[in-house]
Amino acid sequence: MIFYISALLIIGIGIYALIIKKNLIKIIIGLDLIETGINLLIVSIGYVNGKTAPIFSKDVMNASLMVDPVPQALTLTSIVIGASELALAAAFVVLLYRKYGTLDIRKIRSLRW
Amino acid sequence: MNIYILIFSYLLLVLTIILSILAIHVKDLLAAVIFMGGGSLLVSLVFLLLQAPDVAMSEAAIGAALTMAIYIVAVKKTEREDNDD
Amino acid sequence: MIRKIVYGVFILIIIAAIAIFMSNYKFGVDKMDVGKYYLDNTVPQTGAANVVTSVTLFYRGFDTLGEVTVLFTAALGVAVLYFMGENKRKQKLQESNFVTKIGTRVVFPFILLTGAYIFMHGHLTPGGGFQGGALIATGFLLLYLAYEETSIDRKKFYLVEGLGGLTYVIIGLLGFFMKGSFLANVLPNGTLFDLLSGGIMLPIYIGVGLKVGSELSNIIDDLMCEVKCEEAGGEE
Repeated sequence: MIFYISALLIIGIGIYALIIKKNLIKIIIGLDLIETGINLLIVSIGYVNGKTAPIFSKDVMNASLMVDPVPQALTLTSIVIGASELALAAAFVVLLYRKYGTLDIRKIRSLRW
Repeated sequence: MNIYILIFSYLLLVLTIILSILAIHVKDLLAAVIFMGGGSLLVSLVFLLLQAPDVAMSEAAIGAALTMAIYIVAVKKTEREDNDD
Repeated sequence: MIRKIVYGVFILIIIAAIAIFMSNYKFGVDKMDVGKYYLDNTVPQTGAANVVTSVTLFYRGFDTLGEVTVLFTAALGVAVLYFMGENKRKQKLQESNFVTKIGTRVVFPFILLTGAYIFMHGHLTPGGGFQGGALIATGFLLLYLAYEETSIDRKKFYLVEGLGGLTYVIIGLLGFFMKGSFLANVLPNGTLFDLLSGGIMLPIYIGVGLKVGSELSNIIDDLMCEVKCEEAGGEE
């Protein structure tokens, strides 16, 4: 249960950073926090009490003793795509800094909210 | 779960939440990035305790190491202070 | 002040919505539907020991091809964005110290070896192409941090990346022409726990590992070369 609650808290902190903060790097950190929280939530849905990792070995050959493999496969995809999305966002931030000379979104004219 | 493993994972989760609050709170952007990387590393340990070694491995290699490098280069090429009031 | 309260209420509504949805799924209880099928049928159908690998590469291989394409597009985007507008500012780089230089020289081959081990044993142990590729890219990052004059040969890295992607697509097309569906298993399954088992998973993960490693190394080269090239006067 604590896994669900802390995943939700991390998602909440990320959304807070995304809409309150005015610094572009802080906004990217908020995006990363939301992604981490959602990965934690998905993996903890797949966990089953008292079962082991879904990998066959000479000791564990019984498929009924393993946790759900589908959320783990989905999270694997999500982490790799998250990292590439983050590299693209960092490139955009550097370009914006070159053009406007600031990281404050209130001073970047076309992004003002 | 074993009771000791459960207590250890509670500790890791509380530390992760503290690190993520610090990461969005501090004014120094380099410190924020390093708090973020530490949080990713702790989350990868939590994945290991949740019996997901594949996910733990990719979170440690990609989420903690490569992401931190990208952030640090971005901070180095822009500015280090967060001038938010 | 009123803005912050409104935002706080907004965040609370989102969190409460997810929490109400999650209350249908108790923590730690068996709720597998499709996972049970994968767990029961992985060994007879694919011959791989790692069920997560068999889900990502065998049952959902087309998804992983899309993921690799997303990664390729992101690397392309970073390269295009970094070479678009140049603004030459002088930036002084710090010389790295003695321990970093010698330590890198000792550790770098072992990092490459560990990465290759991880992506070659992806169907037997935890790990796989994405994790092994990321480890290889971390080794190149260390090289860039330790030695200022490092610059990788971009042409060879592009070649390796293209060959890795081509392996994936060619194996998919082989399955299409020989068995009638894209990414069908055309190789024998072998015996469980052997290195040469798991059908098409071993060649695909070797291709994916090489592709991801060279792609992430190219992203690092874009980022780091930009820091260095500003010092050298803005040329590639």
